[in-house]
Parts: sequence; structure tokens; C-alpha cells
Amino acid sequence: MSENPILTIRDLHKSFGDNHVLRGIDLDVKQGDCIAILGASGSGKSTFLRCLNFMETPSDGEITHAGKTIGTVRAGKPRHYPEAELTKVRQKVGMVFQQFNLFPHMTVLGNVIEGLRIVQGMDKASAQTRAHDELARVGLAEKANEYPSRLSGGQKQRVAIARALALAPDLMLFDEPTSALDPELVGEVLNVIRGIADEGRTMLLVTHEVGFAYHVANRVIFMADGVIQEEGPPEQVLKNPQNPRTQAFLARHKQFEF
Amino acid sequence: MDYVWDFGSVWEYRAALWTGLINTVRIFAICFVTGLSLGLMMGLARYSVRRWLRWPAACFIEFFRNTPVLVQIFWFYFAFPILAPFEISALMAAALGITLNSAAFSAEIFRGGIQSIDPGQWEAGRAIGMRHREIMARIILPQAVRRMLPALTNRGIEIFKMTTLASAIAYADVLHQARLIASVNYNPIEAYTVVAIAFFVILYPIVRATYVLERRMAKGD
Repeated sequence: MSENPILTIRDLHKSFGDNHVLRGIDLDVKQGDCIAILGASGSGKSTFLRCLNFMETPSDGEITHAGKTIGTVRAGKPRHYPEAELTKVRQKVGMVFQQFNLFPHMTVLGNVIEGLRIVQGMDKASAQTRAHDELARVGLAEKANEYPSRLSGGQKQRVAIARALALAPDLMLFDEPTSALDPELVGEVLNVIRGIADEGRTMLLVTHEVGFAYHVANRVIFMADGVIQEEGPPEQVLKNPQNPRTQAFLARHKQFEF
Repeated sequence: MDYVWDFGSVWEYRAALWTGLINTVRIFAICFVTGLSLGLMMGLARYSVRRWLRWPAACFIEFFRNTPVLVQIFWFYFAFPILAPFEISALMAAALGITLNSAAFSAEIFRGGIQSIDPGQWEAGRAIGMRHREIMARIILPQAVRRMLPALTNRGIEIFKMTTLASAIAYADVLHQARLIASVNYNPIEAYTVVAIAFFVILYPIVRATYVLERRMAKGD
């Protein structure tokens, strides 16, 4: 397997007005990486993730996906991101949201085949077969004809994962996928994500589940003030953090562990 | 009051009234379809990512929302032919005025409905690689139209009543026909009462249906 990274991020900046949220991020994401991104709220971790499939337009810096730097440079102006180019990248970079964002007027199956049919132009029968496979993977094959309003939060999130996986992305982004869930539903979603990670899929995961990061991720990133403060294998970052900010963050998270 | 009601004289002219009613329905159908279609386009334009579409739509909406329909109808019927080298029929002039006014109002309904949809729906569409236009057509509008149905029905009722303005330029709608009957028979009370009842009988069931629809929608959400 080539060692070329799937995603290369160089000096990524993002500002909302005067608010400079991301202040220069560099990262290489390699094939098979499962990277957990930790940090307090306001650290920029979600904004960072959302820049990677251009839900947010980067203010500065470069993102290179599969060897191709996204967007075009214009003299004296910010980098331009044409819609046609972004729709291509987004098919390869799947995203799962905190709030699921399922399409409420479509069935579970309808949600999963939408991208295959409309974006990739797949014929109906093939799209349905593919969708059923993805739903089976997340354990919801029998819910194919239900509407999202009939599902639990955990089931909705699993459908959202199937919807993203259906397009066969080479990178998955999870933006706090369990933060909107009741505690008893967190496990089923984490299990599905773990299953995907075990298949060797490349993923970035913004999470507050430090334990999950420890067991599933091969790299952990700690962010604060819009930059990566510390990065390394979970054993190192979570058990033996060097940065005082990381130490303080982890101390807060482990406060009530027993 | 010892007025003797005489609906018999109106009944004699029922054929004329019927013709008027058909004409009323005809202009309504034209205005409803074109008005809402144009309104949808204007609403979309006003919500477009392209600035050169946004501001003409805003101008259109504000202009036609803030001028009386009757003035617009008169303008198209009496002023337009002086400026342009062709005649314009009463139907055409009235339909133009009512359509443009309805488009302006329904554009606001469409815009409001579209903006009421959770931005997460846009993001979900973008995240699977859909284009702006595809998300609008397949994700946003189907949900928005469901929410807008009561408002659009109200607009339809308004348009139906507005069609009587066409009688002011002698379009042979039901009100115009009633005025003819009244002037021939000197029975304005009966003639106009029949017109009022006709409108009520047509519109009231539709209004009731809207209430039912609204309640069902509230449950569905």
C-alpha cells in the first residue's frame, strides 16, 4: 500500500468575522488511520472537522485530498472552491453529524439511496441492494421502510452512518456522533463506529468519549485555541500527556471515574 | 322594511350568472397557477446564492406588494396599450395584475417556508455530494411545501376573491354579470346577494378543509 496520505492539511485557518477559530493546523491522514480529536468546547475541533469536507470554507491554507489540492488559487483573493469540485470531494469524504440530520420526509431506505441515485446516478435496483447492505452493516435492515420519526436517536445515527458509507467514501468524519444521544444509546452507535474502524476504514472522530478514543483510535489529537496542542498514539497522549493543557483536560474528564 | 325579495328575476338570468362564474373560475385558475409558479421562482431567486438574482426579485416583491391590485389592473388595461403597440384584453390585464400581486405575496410564503427548514438538512445534502439545486428540489422544498400548505391555501382563497376586481374593467366575471342583471331588472339586492352566497358556498368548504389539513399537519410534525 502506498504511503501517500489520503488527506494533507497545511496551515489551515478559519475565521468567523473577527473570531479566529482555527489558527494554523497541519496534519497528514494516512490510509487506515483512526484519529480521535479531543478538546474542550470552543477549541475549534468541530470547525476543523467541518473544514475537511468544506461544510465550512477554510479562510486560508491548503487541503489536499488523494493527491489533489482542493480549490483554485486566484491572485490576491482567497482560494476559490467551485461547487462541482466540492461535490466530488464530499462523495469521498463522508460525514456523520451530531444531530443526525436524516431527511424526515424519506424512509430509512430513501435516506440511504438518495446519494447513490441523485449524486452518483446509480440505477434503482443496484442502489437498493447497496443500501440494504449498508443498513445490514449497522443492524437496521429491518427498518428500511420506516420513517426516521419512528426511530430512536441511536437508530437514527446508525442510519446516518449507513447513508454516509453507502457512497463508499475513503475517509469518514464523525462530528460528536454520540453527543446528542441518551446515555443508554451511546453504546450501540460506538459499537457500529468501532466495527467500521476495525474494517480498516480511515476516519477522523471528534468526541468526548475519551475511553472510546483510547481503545479504538490509533492516533489522538488534542486541540485548544485553534491549534493542535499534542498529537500521538493514544497510549502516549491519554496516559502520559506532555502538554499541561492536555493534562488539565484529561484530569477534568477523569474526575469522576471509578 | 317592507322590501319584497324577488329572486325569480335573478333566476331568469341564471345562464348569464353561470357564464360569469365560469369566467371567474377561469381567471382564478390562470392567476393561481401562474401566480404561485412565479411566486416560487421569485422566492427561490430571493434566496439564491447569486446576488444578481436576489435583488431584482426583492424589488419585484416589494413593488407589487406595496401597490394596490386595482391600480395595477387599471395600469395594464388603460396605460399599457398607450405605451405598447398592441391591445390588451380585459382578461389579460386583470390576470396580469392579480398574478403579479399574488406572485409577490406567495414569494414571501415560499421564502419563509424555505428558511424555516433546519440548516442541518442543507448540510446533510451537501455532505453526500448533492448540489445546491438538488438539495433545494429534493430535500428542502418537499418539507417546506408541507409546512406552507395552509398559507398557500389562504393565498388561493385571496386570489379567488381578488378576481372580482376584474369586473372593474368589464371582464365578464360573476360580479360583472350580476351588475348587468341588477341594472336591467333594478334588483341589486338580490343580484349581489346571490353573488355573495356563491362565493361563500364555494370558499367555505375549502376553508374547512384547510383547518382539517392544518390539524393533521400539526400532528404529523
